[in-house]
Amino acid sequence: MVTAAGTSVSSLGSLTQREVWQLLTGVPDPEIPVLNVVELGLIRHVRSERAGHVEVGVSPTYTGCPATEVIQHSIRDHLESAGFGDVNVVTVLSPAWTSDWLTESAHRKLREYGIAPPAHSVAQPRHLFREPTVRCPLCASAKTERVSEFASTPCKALYRCIACLEPFEYFKCI
Amino acid sequence: MSATALRAAEVSAEVLYRYTLHLGDTSLILAQRLGEWIGHAPALEEDLALANVGLDLIGQARYLLSYAAELEGKGRTEDDLAFLREPSDFTNLSLVEQPNGDFGHTIVRQLLIDAWQLELFERLQSSTASKLAELAAKALKETRYHFRFSAGWVVRLGDGTEESHRRVQEALDDLWKFTRELFAPSEVDGQAAAERIAPDLATLRSPWDARIDEVLRQATVVKPAPVAYAWHGKNAQHSEHLSRLLAEMQYMQRTYPGARW
Repeated sequence: MVTAAGTSVSSLGSLTQREVWQLLTGVPDPEIPVLNVVELGLIRHVRSERAGHVEVGVSPTYTGCPATEVIQHSIRDHLESAGFGDVNVVTVLSPAWTSDWLTESAHRKLREYGIAPPAHSVAQPRHLFREPTVRCPLCASAKTERVSEFASTPCKALYRCIACLEPFEYFKCI
Repeated sequence: MSATALRAAEVSAEVLYRYTLHLGDTSLILAQRLGEWIGHAPALEEDLALANVGLDLIGQARYLLSYAAELEGKGRTEDDLAFLREPSDFTNLSLVEQPNGDFGHTIVRQLLIDAWQLELFERLQSSTASKLAELAAKALKETRYHFRFSAGWVVRLGDGTEESHRRVQEALDDLWKFTRELFAPSEVDGQAAAERIAPDLATLRSPWDARIDEVLRQATVVKPAPVAYAWHGKNAQHSEHLSRLLAEMQYMQRTYPGARW
C-alpha cells in the first residue's frame, strides 16, 4: 500500500507482520474469552508507516457492541507490552463484519464452550429469514427451539434443546 | 472555486450535516425509549431483547452524531450533541419520542420504525456520502433482526388472546398518525435526495406498506385509514414527551457539566 505522500505503509517486514498477527491471537474477546480477536474475524489489517509504529484495523461485530472499546484497549495494551511504542487502533466499518469471518477453530471452540456456532453462511441473504437448523452444543441434537432472538450479548440468540432440555446460546448469522 | 460553486459546496455540507443529525437523533431517542424498559419488561428474554435493539440503535446514534459533529466543525462531540442540546434542536421523527405505553404499544412502534429503517438503510447503501453508505450496510443487517423480533411479537399478540389483540389494535390506531411523517419529506430530506445523499422518501412508501400489510394480516389487526397530517419532529417541532425524555437522559451532564466515567 502507498499513502498519498508516496511512502510505503507496509514497512513492517513480512516477518514482523506475521508476528503482529500472531501476537493478536493472544487478545481474547471479553465476552467469549475462549475466542481471540483474530478467530472472530475482527482484525481487518495490520500495517506500519514508520519504525516502531503499527496500525491495527478492527471491525466491530455489532454497531453498539460495548465490547468493541474494551477490545481496542486490549489490543493496544497487548502490542505495547510486546514492545511496540506507537500503536494505533482504528475502526473499520466497511465491509461490514459478518459471522462468515469466524474461523473453523472459532466454530469448534464455541461448541466446546457451550455456544452453538453460526449455522450457515450469510453470503446468501435470503437465508436470514429461513429458520436455520441449530444443533445443541451439548448433545448435538437438531431438535432445538429458539426462545428469544436476543440473548446476553447482541451477537447471540437464546435457544433450548428439546432432547436434553438444556438452554444454550446460539451465535447468530449476520 | 467560483463564489457560486463555493456557496453550493457550503449548502451541500450543511444538508449532509442536518440529514446526518436527523438520522442520529432518531436512533438516539428510540434507543433511550427502549432503555426505559430495562428491568420492567414482561419477561427476562424481552427485557434483554429490547436492550439489545436499543444497543444497536445507540451504536448507530454514536456513529451518526460523531460524524455530524465532525461535519459541523465547531469542536463539538457526539456527547455534546446528545446531552447538551435543547428539545427544539432535536430533529428525530415524532414517532420515536412517543411514550412506551404497554409492551404491545412499544412493539407496534418498533415494527413501524423497523420496517422504515429496513427500506431506508437498503437505499442509503448507495448514498453519495460514503460514511452514511457504510453505516447503512452495517445497520441493515442488524435491523433485519429487529424487524423479525417486532413483527414476530405483533403477530403473536395480535393473533393471541382477546386482550392482547385489543391492545395491539389500540396501539396501532394510536401510533398510526405519526407514520405520515416517515414519508413526508422535510426541506432537508428533499435537498438530501436531490444531492443523492438520501433516497427519495416517497420510494419507501410502497415497500413499507407491503411489509406492514403482511404483518398486520398475520396479526389479524386492521390497518387504520390514511392520515392527512404529518407531524414535524424532523423539523424540530415536538410533542411534550421529548422534553421529559431529554430531562432524564441529559440530567447527569446538565447537573455535573463535563462529568466523565
